[in-house]
Amino acid sequence: MHPVLRTVLQRLGLGIVTLLAVSVIIFSSLEMLPGGYAENVLGQSATPETVAAFKRDLGLDRPATVRYFEWIGKAVQGDFGSSYSGLSGSMKRDVSATIAPRLYNTFFLAAMAAVIAVPLSLLLGAMAALYRNSWFDRIVNSVTLTTIAMPEFFIAYILVYVFAVKLRLFYPNSTVSIGTPFVEHVYRAALPALTMTLVIIAHMMRMTRAAIINLLASPYIEMAQLKGVSKSDVIRHHALPNAWAPIATVIAFNLAYLVVGVVVVEVVFVYPGIGQLMVDAVSSRDMPVVQACALIFAATYILLNLLADIVSIVTNPRLLHPK
Amino acid sequence: MTELEMKLKQVTQAVRRGKLSRRDFMSYALSIGVTAAAANTMFATAARAEPKKGGIFKYGSGHGSTTDSLDPATWTNGFNFQFGKSVMGAPLTQLDPKGDLIMHVAESFEPSDGAKKWVIRLRKGITFHNGKTLDSSDVVATINYHIGPDSKSPAKEYLPGVTSVKADGPDTVVIELASGNVDLPFGFTDYHLSIYPSTDGKIEWEKGIGAGPYILKSYEPGVKLVGERNPNFFKDTWFDAIEMITISDVAARTNAYLSGEVHFIDRADLKTIDMLKSAPNTEIYNQSGPTPYTAPMLTDVAPFDNPAVRKALKYAINRQEMVDKVLFGYGKVGNDNPIGSQMKYAIDPQPQHTYDPEKAKSILKEAGIENLKVDFSVPPNAAFAGALDAALLMQESAKAAGIEINVIREPDDGYWSNVWLKKPWSMCYWGGRPTVDTMLSISLAADAPWNDTHFKSPRFNELLVQARSELDEAKRAAMYAECQQIVHDDGGQVVLMFYNFVGALSTAVAHGEMNSDQDSDGGYMVERWWMA
Repeated sequence: MHPVLRTVLQRLGLGIVTLLAVSVIIFSSLEMLPGGYAENVLGQSATPETVAAFKRDLGLDRPATVRYFEWIGKAVQGDFGSSYSGLSGSMKRDVSATIAPRLYNTFFLAAMAAVIAVPLSLLLGAMAALYRNSWFDRIVNSVTLTTIAMPEFFIAYILVYVFAVKLRLFYPNSTVSIGTPFVEHVYRAALPALTMTLVIIAHMMRMTRAAIINLLASPYIEMAQLKGVSKSDVIRHHALPNAWAPIATVIAFNLAYLVVGVVVVEVVFVYPGIGQLMVDAVSSRDMPVVQACALIFAATYILLNLLADIVSIVTNPRLLHPK
Repeated sequence: MTELEMKLKQVTQAVRRGKLSRRDFMSYALSIGVTAAAANTMFATAARAEPKKGGIFKYGSGHGSTTDSLDPATWTNGFNFQFGKSVMGAPLTQLDPKGDLIMHVAESFEPSDGAKKWVIRLRKGITFHNGKTLDSSDVVATINYHIGPDSKSPAKEYLPGVTSVKADGPDTVVIELASGNVDLPFGFTDYHLSIYPSTDGKIEWEKGIGAGPYILKSYEPGVKLVGERNPNFFKDTWFDAIEMITISDVAARTNAYLSGEVHFIDRADLKTIDMLKSAPNTEIYNQSGPTPYTAPMLTDVAPFDNPAVRKALKYAINRQEMVDKVLFGYGKVGNDNPIGSQMKYAIDPQPQHTYDPEKAKSILKEAGIENLKVDFSVPPNAAFAGALDAALLMQESAKAAGIEINVIREPDDGYWSNVWLKKPWSMCYWGGRPTVDTMLSISLAADAPWNDTHFKSPRFNELLVQARSELDEAKRAAMYAECQQIVHDDGGQVVLMFYNFVGALSTAVAHGEMNSDQDSDGGYMVERWWMA
């Protein structure tokens, strides 16, 4: 079997096992948390009567194992059930329908940040490697390290203060709705995307730099330099192809972070992404929504890591054509 | 009043009616010796005072969550309570700024048989947003939705003892109660009880169709609500459209206000309130609410079952310090009476419970108690923001009285179901209630589910029931006064302070006198405010 195909199948198989394990862990941790959905939604105004009525309505009075297997039974058929909120009337809030717009927003923002951050960090990394130990290298390094070292909410507040409150170039909050036109969406999401760019750029940039510097010391690069290839061509044609594997891994890691780790940025910019949805769902113990979010997050990690591995195999002839 | 002043008053009124332009007003005012600056202000105030239609009002709310829904039985927060008060919903009655009743969907409430039977006549010709005419069957279905045996609604507690709700023709509803309740019309101001359309005795809340001032255009829970003025609303409302945006993070909310994204934010950050104060064209929304922060003690659990312990603790707390440090001055000290001073029948019970460690000491000594040590279960924020800070201040001030308060930090998560009502001494808050009766009945009546002090004074309960059906105002006032005095002297509820509703409001928006019973002009903001 082709090594790429084998890796893909193997990883997907393991991925499904991981997802199952994640769903069990999430479900049991929700069960262990104090208070249930009814108590949390009603808050102070809960009375034993109303809580009991709520539980009867949602079927939460049945044992946890029954509820888990009922849920997983439907989930494997692609039905993630309905959110507990608003379940009481004739209108059901489908989990997929609840999550879809949020997920779109999250992917939108992640894509925007990635489109800026990935090329920028590769470019800066390669240039820093090329002019290593120069002023340029030092400035790029210290600036990106500063931005990664600052908590993201702090970067976010600084950006809001400068660009929204003082200069009034952007909106301070990024509320978007389902019908927001594309251009406005980009404009509204600019500051959060910039925040996330600043947070992830250092990691990718430094990995690119380190991987290239590592290779620049190898004999075949020296050979290329001796035969008179220009500096940028050495990096583009000789160093970079061999550096892809570690860089791809770091990029995948950061892209996953863009999807799953942005709740703080969402809150600061009031951006309706999936992070806020999951936090609200966890604090109200809305199990179907939490489960769906967790599975999406887990799947994102699994798929992006798989992609990184495929890139490593494809860019490495030794792995692509094993003896 | 001099002749000139008379004349000035007349032209001011002309401005108010929109009959005089700024230029004409200014030239007149200057001609009689008013300075230009003063004349300008006079014009602005006069022109603002008369509501006019138009504009899109944007509100940045510190409340609202993605798990919210349009189901009125689940409304509990400062975002969705407005749905029922004045966004899509219209309840039978409303409250005015003084706390008096305004008829809304109802035209009249007539009690008989010692307020045990009520005949409600409905305003004729009201239509829902979908064009359906509102009639008595909708009102009956709405009430039954909340008080039925399977109801999840907290509104059950506001309509105690209702035994039957019947329609009598299309415009009349008859309610019968197990015992008299003079305050029944006030109960119907509750936001859960806005009237929804019904078929076959079941209300349809799913589409957010009500009879209120705004038609729901879009609603994403925890994100945003957009409403458009209901052209067929049975009263006046001013904004063309409203946008209610959830901005949970206080810094984001402040920024949204400062950059002009929204006209009004609630729950302003008191630590940085000066920044909002100095912002241009800003009015600080500051309403002192009848909304207490309390520290309830279970009066049947040792050591709180001893009245001397309760009394000593009440004197061992420095409430002024708490108002200054936890509320940054935006509040009032409590006096162990949960009824806010702005409410009808409120009294200020004597003696005032101020910080007096010596007195606390002597009370304990008299009762033969030495080295009092009590546990105090406090969540960082679930009961109210700064609850833990308040508890630590209490701990410090009680030391001077020789009382050791052991502050136990409880998690915010699940606080209301696991700690409150269960631990001997905890923290709590109460939202505004329309009447003294509801406030006392829900939190202090012997059989109340939220009786968080296990307070069971026979005299108090007797008075409470009597007062509910007492039609004589003076007698009723005396009964409520005695009730409040009993709670103050003997109750387990330490009323720490009353907090203010503090926000920032742009002067682009105008308003009349405001309600202080709840935040956002008592929940009537979107119906009553207008663009200046």
